[in-house]
Amino acid sequence: MSAAIRIRGLEKTYGTGMRALKGIDLEVREGDFFALLGPNGAGKSTTIGILSSLVNKSSGEVSIFGLDIDRELLAAKRCIGVVPQEFNFSQFEKVMDILVSQAGYYGIPLARAKERAEHYLKRLGLWDKRDVPSRMLSGGMKRRLMIARALIHEPRLLILDEPTAGVDIEIRRSMWQFLQEINAQGITIVLTTHYLEEAEQLCKHIAIIDQGRIIHNTSMRELLKELHVETFLLDVRQSLSAAPALGEYPCKVVDEHTLEVQVDKSQSLNALFAALSEAGLEVASLRNKSNRLEELFLALVDENAEKRGA
Amino acid sequence: MQYWQQSWVAFSTILTKEIRRFTRIWPQTLLPPAITMALYFVIFGNLIGSRIGEMGGFRYIDYIVPGLIMMSVITNSYSNVVSSFFSTKFQRSIEELMVAPVSPHVVLLGYTFGGVARGLMVGCIVTLTSLFFTRLQVQHIGLTVAVVLLTSLVFSLGGFINAVFARTFDDISIVPTFVLTPLTYLGGVFYSISLLPPFWQAVSQVNPILHMVNAFRYGILGVSDIPIATALVIMALFTLILYSLSYWLLVRGTGLRQ
Repeated sequence: MSAAIRIRGLEKTYGTGMRALKGIDLEVREGDFFALLGPNGAGKSTTIGILSSLVNKSSGEVSIFGLDIDRELLAAKRCIGVVPQEFNFSQFEKVMDILVSQAGYYGIPLARAKERAEHYLKRLGLWDKRDVPSRMLSGGMKRRLMIARALIHEPRLLILDEPTAGVDIEIRRSMWQFLQEINAQGITIVLTTHYLEEAEQLCKHIAIIDQGRIIHNTSMRELLKELHVETFLLDVRQSLSAAPALGEYPCKVVDEHTLEVQVDKSQSLNALFAALSEAGLEVASLRNKSNRLEELFLALVDENAEKRGA
Repeated sequence: MQYWQQSWVAFSTILTKEIRRFTRIWPQTLLPPAITMALYFVIFGNLIGSRIGEMGGFRYIDYIVPGLIMMSVITNSYSNVVSSFFSTKFQRSIEELMVAPVSPHVVLLGYTFGGVARGLMVGCIVTLTSLFFTRLQVQHIGLTVAVVLLTSLVFSLGGFINAVFARTFDDISIVPTFVLTPLTYLGGVFYSISLLPPFWQAVSQVNPILHMVNAFRYGILGVSDIPIATALVIMALFTLILYSLSYWLLVRGTGLRQ
């Protein structure tokens, strides 16, 4: 399968002297659903900015579906749809006009632009808002409008920078479903997000960027295999005054009826439940303390900081 | 062929959007020049003008009409592009264009012709308003149209460059207030430079607006303080230089890309 994105030795130093990217190599395969994760200021938005021509690179090579952005920029742009982190449409224009204008910039004639706008507005639940000025939309609707706008020229690659930030859970889930559908239709998707649950649910491959360098780049499955310890919160029926003795399972009391237990990958949950029964505790429910990917992400970023003496 | 077709669609999209913008807010863009110019005609033309007598062989009101039309064309062409492009930058909706496969020429021409469209529309409105006060008989129609088009182009490009460098809303009003207005008032709108001492006549020649106003006046009335060929060369040169500079700024991403 060919590469949707190929980045070699990408560097970016801003006018202030800040080195945002320190030689990134990255490849995203065609048809992939790819997550680019990293803490704030790690270089995610700079990378996306360079891919979408909003930021000039300092050095390095970037190609989109084999089209070098230095030599074939217009052709490369035609392949990309971008959903930025912040709202960047005119607040005074109507929803339909925003989409039709965007299609026009890609050279799509008016009649076809209107058909496509209708299609995407209906799919994203915005059709009844088509004649409303964009400033009147809710935050979730504005995010969906930006997705519709990014898809209006039917790109092969969709880049989303924090697409579900500030969106309620119901709309977030419907957006996930929509993104999975278009990915299944063959559109390559690159996503940055702070919701690691989102990355875990949606993405097939993942790269973690920290301090301008890629510190991890693998498939989601492989990455989760690296998770050695998971932390569970157990709701128990008995009152807890002190941490019970659970043998090889480290634990601590969170509140009167909640116990936090760490389980190593080599240990089994059956053995944990046996130890709990032995301690005379009945478990009413069990949940992960945090998202699995979140634990791993924090561990990798901490490890990188230690390596670099940060 | 496909490239040209796509570029044409993109150009007409930007131009249509620009025209839609300034017509949507017509009380701010189209109405004020009509009212302001009507006041100029009443006060300078009728009330004061009747006491001034003739200028350049014409009634004073007839003499100032071409200059007032040009003044409104200059102001509106400039302010349309500077405010529209800066607002687009300010709201970050310029990113819609930056991510799209639109050539910098198309972006520049789209915004520039948006400014020309408003300049010409306001020019027509002011011309129609002037007909309530005077009778216009155009002497050289081709020249008149060419001069008004070139002038509008020059100031639309000027507005574009101003918008590229502007960082705040204050930055888009500095040039119109402190450069354009003085140059326009000193550009022979209200008087013939033959009234000035030789030294100031020579200084006035440096003002490009003087050449534009006089060329336009020649097109309508058939009189001018300066040679028409020189005026046309100056306008063409300004168009070429400002277009090249604007294009270079766009390609470089000045004020747009980090």
